[in-house]
Formats: sequence, C-alpha cells, structure tokens
Amino acid sequence: MITLSINGEKHLVDVESTTPLLWVIRDYIGLTGTKFSCGIAQCGACTVHLNGTAIRSCVTPVQAAVDQEITTIEGIGSHQQGLHPLQQAWIDEQVPQCGYCQSGQIMSAAALLEKNPSPSDADIDRAMAGIICRCGTYPRIRKGIKRAALAINALHEEPAADG
Amino acid sequence: MAKWTRRAFITTGVAAGGTVVFAVAIRRGDRTDKVIDLVADSNDALFDIWLKISPDNSVTAIIPHAEMGQGVHTTLAMMLADELDADWNKVEILEAPGDKEYANYALAKGYTAGEVDFPSWLIDSVDGFFFRATQVMSLQITGGSTSVRTTGQLAMRVAGAAARAVLLQAAAAEWQVPVAKLIARDSMIIHDGSKRSATYASFAPAAAKLSLPDKPLLKDSAEFRIMGTSPPRRDVPEKVDGSALFGIDTKLPGMKYAAVRAAPVFGGKIKSYDASSIQDLPGIRRVVDLDDAIAVVADGYWQARQALDRLQVEFDDAGNSGWEQGDIFKQFERDLDESADGDNEKTDFETGNARAMLATASQVIDAEYRVPFLAHATMEPMNCTAWVHDDECELWLGTQNPLGFAKDVGDAIEVDSDKVTVHNQYLGGGFGRRGFSDFAIQAARIAAEAHYPVKLIWSREEDTRHDHYRQASISRFQAGLDADGNALAWHNHYVNKYDPEEAPHIPYAIDDQRIVYTNSETYVPWGLWRSVDHSLHAFFTESFIDEMAIAADRDPYEYRRNLLGHEPRFLAVLDLAASKAGWGGPLPENAGRGISIHRSFGTIVAEVVDVEVVDGDVSVLRVVCAVDAGFAVNPDGMAAQMESGIAYGMTAALYGEISIRHGAVAQSNFHDYPMLRINKAPLIETHIINSGESLGGAGEPGTPPIAPALTNAIYDATGIRIRELPVRKHDLGQPDYRETDVA
Repeated sequence: MITLSINGEKHLVDVESTTPLLWVIRDYIGLTGTKFSCGIAQCGACTVHLNGTAIRSCVTPVQAAVDQEITTIEGIGSHQQGLHPLQQAWIDEQVPQCGYCQSGQIMSAAALLEKNPSPSDADIDRAMAGIICRCGTYPRIRKGIKRAALAINALHEEPAADG
Repeated sequence: MAKWTRRAFITTGVAAGGTVVFAVAIRRGDRTDKVIDLVADSNDALFDIWLKISPDNSVTAIIPHAEMGQGVHTTLAMMLADELDADWNKVEILEAPGDKEYANYALAKGYTAGEVDFPSWLIDSVDGFFFRATQVMSLQITGGSTSVRTTGQLAMRVAGAAARAVLLQAAAAEWQVPVAKLIARDSMIIHDGSKRSATYASFAPAAAKLSLPDKPLLKDSAEFRIMGTSPPRRDVPEKVDGSALFGIDTKLPGMKYAAVRAAPVFGGKIKSYDASSIQDLPGIRRVVDLDDAIAVVADGYWQARQALDRLQVEFDDAGNSGWEQGDIFKQFERDLDESADGDNEKTDFETGNARAMLATASQVIDAEYRVPFLAHATMEPMNCTAWVHDDECELWLGTQNPLGFAKDVGDAIEVDSDKVTVHNQYLGGGFGRRGFSDFAIQAARIAAEAHYPVKLIWSREEDTRHDHYRQASISRFQAGLDADGNALAWHNHYVNKYDPEEAPHIPYAIDDQRIVYTNSETYVPWGLWRSVDHSLHAFFTESFIDEMAIAADRDPYEYRRNLLGHEPRFLAVLDLAASKAGWGGPLPENAGRGISIHRSFGTIVAEVVDVEVVDGDVSVLRVVCAVDAGFAVNPDGMAAQMESGIAYGMTAALYGEISIRHGAVAQSNFHDYPMLRINKAPLIETHIINSGESLGGAGEPGTPPIAPALTNAIYDATGIRIRELPVRKHDLGQPDYRETDVA
C-alpha cells in the first residue's frame, strides 16, 4: 500500500511502486483532469505539481511522490470552490479548443506564476514550451497568462491599499 | 414513388405522457416520437428534433455534431436561438444521441427530394454543395467544415423560426390579438397594447396543437441579434478545471483496461505469440488475438502496457517490409513519367490548349513539388471503452461519425447496428482521424470476448504508427509566360486525386490550363486530414504562382492581383491581407514576407507570413489572415479556427513527416514527429470580411494557405525555394541566392 497526498487529501492505493503517478491519479484515485498523451515527457498533458513544482506525471514513478504534496488541475480551483485566476483568464480569453492539453497548460502556467508573477514573453516561452497544443491556442495561452498575472498582482496590491 | 411535401418537411405531433412535441421532419414521417425518449423529460416540450422548451422557459438546442474544439455546439445553438428570439442566457446545449433519427444523411436526402421548396437564401448553399454534402454527411458526421453551412442553415435556423411562429400564433389566439401586434424577444411574448407578457413555455402546449408554418420567415442579417456576435463558448468552462469528459475519461463499474500492438508493417498479421510469457505478471486478465494486432487486458492500464511490452509476439509483414519512403516517391515519379499523355492520365480540368501555348511561350518554367505522409497526432490518443452485454454493444469514445462507427462495430462483432449505442464524449482533437473506426472495432472485439467493460487506450507510438495518413504526393508544373512575363498557360500533373474535387484548381485568369492526374496507389492507409487534398494542392499551386511571379520579375502580390480581376471576392480578401500586413513595407534584416490565397470549403483565405531566417533556423514572426466565409456567425470562433488551422498547417509545413522504413512507419512519438510549440508560435491577426455570399466553412480553410505563404516568405528571405515539405529537411544556412528554374 502506498499513501499519497493529492489536493490536500490522503489516499491509500494498492499499486506497484514503479507505476507512473499519472495512472495512479487517473485510474486508482479517479481524477481524470490530468491527461495521458505521449507517455515520455514530451508533451506535458500530464503535468501536475509536486510540492508546487510542475512535473510530468507520466514518467514519475508513484514512489517518488510518497509523502509529498501532489496538486492536480482539480485541486487548483474549480467552479464550485472558486476558480484560479488562470482558469478565469482561460475563460475570458476563450483559450481552450478541444481542451485536452489545457490541464497541463494551466498547471505549468500556475507553477510559472508562483515563481514569477510578471513573466515576460521569453519567460513564458521557457516555462510553457514543454506543453504541446494541437489546436494552436498558443497566442491565447500567452494572453491568458498575462491576464492572470495582472489579476493576481492586483489581488496582492489590494490589502496594501486598504491598510 | 412517394412524393415529398412541405407538410412532411415540417410536422407536428403530441407524444404520450402530456409532453408537447413539435417536429421538423426533414424526411417523411414524424420523427419526434422516435427521439423524445432520448432527449426529453416528460415535462419538456420538444419542438422538432432540434429544440425543446422546458417548463422553466429554458430552451435546449439539440446539436447533431461532435464538439472537438471548433465551437460547433455554441455556434449552432446561436443560429437556432436567434431565429427563435430566445434569451441566449437561458439556452442549453445537448449533443444529440448517436441515433439514426439525427443522421444528417436525412438533411442531404432533403436536397434530393425535389419537392422541398427552399427559401431563396438557401439556394446558393444547395447548388454545387450537394455532392460534397452527401459525401461528408452520409451519416451523422462532423467534418468537411459543413456544420454551420448545412445543419445550421437548414435545420437550426428553420427549426428556431418555425417554433417562434407557432408560439406567436398560440399567444395571439389566447390573448385574442393579431399576431402582428405581438413581439417575441428573449423567450418572452409581449403585447404592448395590453401590457401583457408571458414566457414561451406558457404557450408551448397550445402551440403544439398548431401546424408548423410551411415557410417560416427567416431573419435578414440586419435583424440578427445573436448571430454575428461572439458569446463565450459553452464548452470552455468545463475545459479549465479538468471536469470536461473525453472518451479516455470514461469510468464504468467493473471496467478493465486494454493495451494493443498492431503489426508494424501495414497488412501484417500475427504469426505467433506466447501468452505464457506474461501470465505471471500482476493484474493480467487475458490476451486477445485480433489477427493483425495483439491486445492485453488487465486490471490497470499500466499493467496492461507493461505486459504488452513483455509479450513475445511475431508478426508477418505481408510482403511489404521491403518498402522505403524513397521507393514510394520513385513509384510516383515513374507513374507520372509513364502515364504522361497516355491513357492512365486522367483529366481533372482543361480549358484552352495549354500545350500549344507552352510550345510558343517566350519563357517556360517548370517545377516539381512533393509532400510527405502526415499523421493527425490528436492530443488524446485513440481510445474507446466498449461493453458487450445482452446482445448489445455500448461504446464510449470521441467520434466524428457515431453512426458509421455503430455500423462498423456491429458488422465486426456481428451485432445489429441498431444494438450498438455510441455515447459520444468530447473529442481531444479530431482533424479527420476520429472518422476512422479501427480503434473502436478493436475495443469491441476485445470486449466481446471479455464480457465486462474494457477501456482500450492506444499508446502514442501506436497512434503515430497506425494512423490513416494524409497522403504523400508529387505534383509537376509547367507555366508559359509571354515576353512581359504574363501568364499564358498552366500545366499541372500530379498523383492521386481524392477530395474535394476542386482542390487543385486555381482562381487565376489563365486562358489555357491543363490539370491532369495519375493514380499511383500505395499500401499505406490514408484518409481525411484537416482540409484533405487542399492541404497539399494549396502548397503546390500557390508556390508555383509565386515562382511565376519571380520569373516574370514581378511582385508576387501584384502578380496574383492582376490575375484575379474577374474574382472580386478573391481580390478583396487578398487586398485586405496585404494591406493589413503592410505589404511592400520594410522588413528587418534576415526577414522575408510571403503571401498566398486559396478557397476551400466555400471560404476564401489569404495569409501573409513574415519570417526570419538566422543561421538556417526559421522563425515565423507574424501571420496576417484575411477570411471571407460569407458571414461569420461567431466572429471570435472564426478567428479561433483560423488561428488553429494556421498552427496545424504550420506544424506540418515546418516539421511534419511520416516516412516508411522497412515497410513500417519510422516515427513514433513527439520526439521524432515534432509539433509546433509556444516558443515558435507566431502572432496571428485575423481580419474577417462578411461579404454576404453563401456560407463557407471555418474549421479547415485556415490550413491550406499557410504552407505556401511560409515557403514563399522563406524564398523572400533567403532565395531558397522550398519544393519539398517539411521545411526542416532543408539546409537554409547557405542560401543559393535567387536561384530559379528558368528554362
């Protein structure tokens, strides 16, 4: 048995320790927002956070995630619990088309904004080049990240203005 | 022979249980009885098979097309809601069940009925479009950029307008006022004179007893309130928090997982395998012999994949393992050579006497272009969950052709296709690939042996190596120019004609043209790929017209302009793209600018590309796109489709190459079949012309012009003419400056 902490919840799963985290999240935990596409860390559709860092869950053995905090697209925000500023920006800019890669795009962008709240185009290129989109939503992804960055920065400025 | 009548075209009925039903029956008979159980609760009023009105006054548009990111659910619902004068905020969307009552085959049949009295605004759509429509829409298919043009125009708008008319009639009767004094607005009916207003839902029962109008009055574009605007797409919210369900996300009680490996060489079959080699691995349920593929079923997908990798299997090669990619191109060259002017050369289009003009022209230029096979590479690999139980088969997957899949699967496992139910999910990319049922047949055959639900997921490697590829091709050209460089003759000979018919044709005013082709079949499976034949022919023709301009020492934009005087729509689109791009304006060092224009699926698109080539590395700086699709029902959706089509075509132009090695596909995954990434994605500007001409498609027409605009720009930057795609095959580091094939 392996104990995992996913989106703040503990899960006990009975899998071989070398099973990629992706399949544990999808098939055993049942969180299907994280996607399979290439299986060799080439496309980023499977991106989740391990202690806040974006990783490719398709090549990460589940044992490497034990005792660490895993965050998936379902844990970052939702329509019920409140959207992450990136998710809202994705709606405002009408980013997704088929939508299949967008969990990976948003998770990568979220990790970027955590470290760099005002990314330049070059910063966005560096952080996002690992995530493939076949529908060509890249120009809108770029706009979405910038819109979310503005929203996050405005949010951080508000308490100071009140104080 | 039974006569079609207008009454059969639009009918009314009342179903059991007090539910109010209206029907727009595109074919003979009332279809609502058949579909009501599929789409409506007992309290809903089902207005024809395309819309229902619920007691809470919400309107549901029932959409018979798959959503794969093209926004079709939203756009078609907009068309219905506008004609109905519905409150857009209270419009719900339901994807129609995969049921033959929703087959748009019926729509296509409607065209042939002959008795159907189409309103004048439809005639253009029907004329010349019927052939294509019957081909693509022979079932409930999403493809061919047809959804808005056919389902939207012929079903959604008519349905909305017809329902609006009877609602108004019912209100007039109840309030004892003339229909003309009533206003329908935002799902309410208002009578100003008596200050009365009431919901559509309150009149639905009475309206159901009325006959639907023979000719519902459709709006003029000036009256549109929803069409022509860009409301947010309805499928976007669930695509940002992981809640959107794709085929691969299907979960069923007792479900197991399957991984599959097909014979690497096309046509190959299993020779032998040793199931005992994996029987001790954890979670293994069974090994299934599919003749040309082997599948392993396990409790978990990863267990199935691991076991499949360990399984000892030997495949035969059907005698095809001697094939190399170069042999295929050699075959094309040989067949072109041998068929020239012979019986095997088929005429595609001929006007004037191109050969005579070539013989007398003061300058003749020639060129040969070639393009490789291409995989679709949808982000969601092929997958299907199948459950065979009680002499029935249920499928959960994303498909562009649910009814075709039901038939193919039914045939494969000997179940009546009426007993095959397709639960269509969001498609993680389609691009034509999800019109081929091979993966669904595999899943059903595995499930037929297993007797529990099985989710089959292809690996990326399987997806890359067992696609139905965009065909490889060679196209040869000769052009004759007069002493001033004016185009006199156009001669084109290419291999393998597929679809659409007009893909190789040019809009240019060249009096003497001869376009011929030779069939040169290969054993490699090929099929629909975003924009189909247009994807190759636009590269061929728009490269060659550029070469003609260069040979004539003219500006490529002006050269095209001079040949488009008879085509004002083309000219307007070309001029808009050129002016928005600042054609003729300055460019940075190492940069170049290219232009192209092409019509596909009824839509004219021109693109201007700026590139920079530094140390042999190409960067696309900007794409300016101008598009005339007649009318953009959803302008932001149109822009998104142009952006998408450009990125798809640009990926292929820069990198895309599937090649044959020892009879099998050499590529396997994104490391050797690379994709455009954000760091190479250009800025894209889209400019829309609403010419008011008949509607064209949106999903595909952005793709064809990008490859030639890009390679024309590379020529402008480096003097290197790319005649074979992809661009990355060529060394652009050492320009062979301004070389041309001037004969």
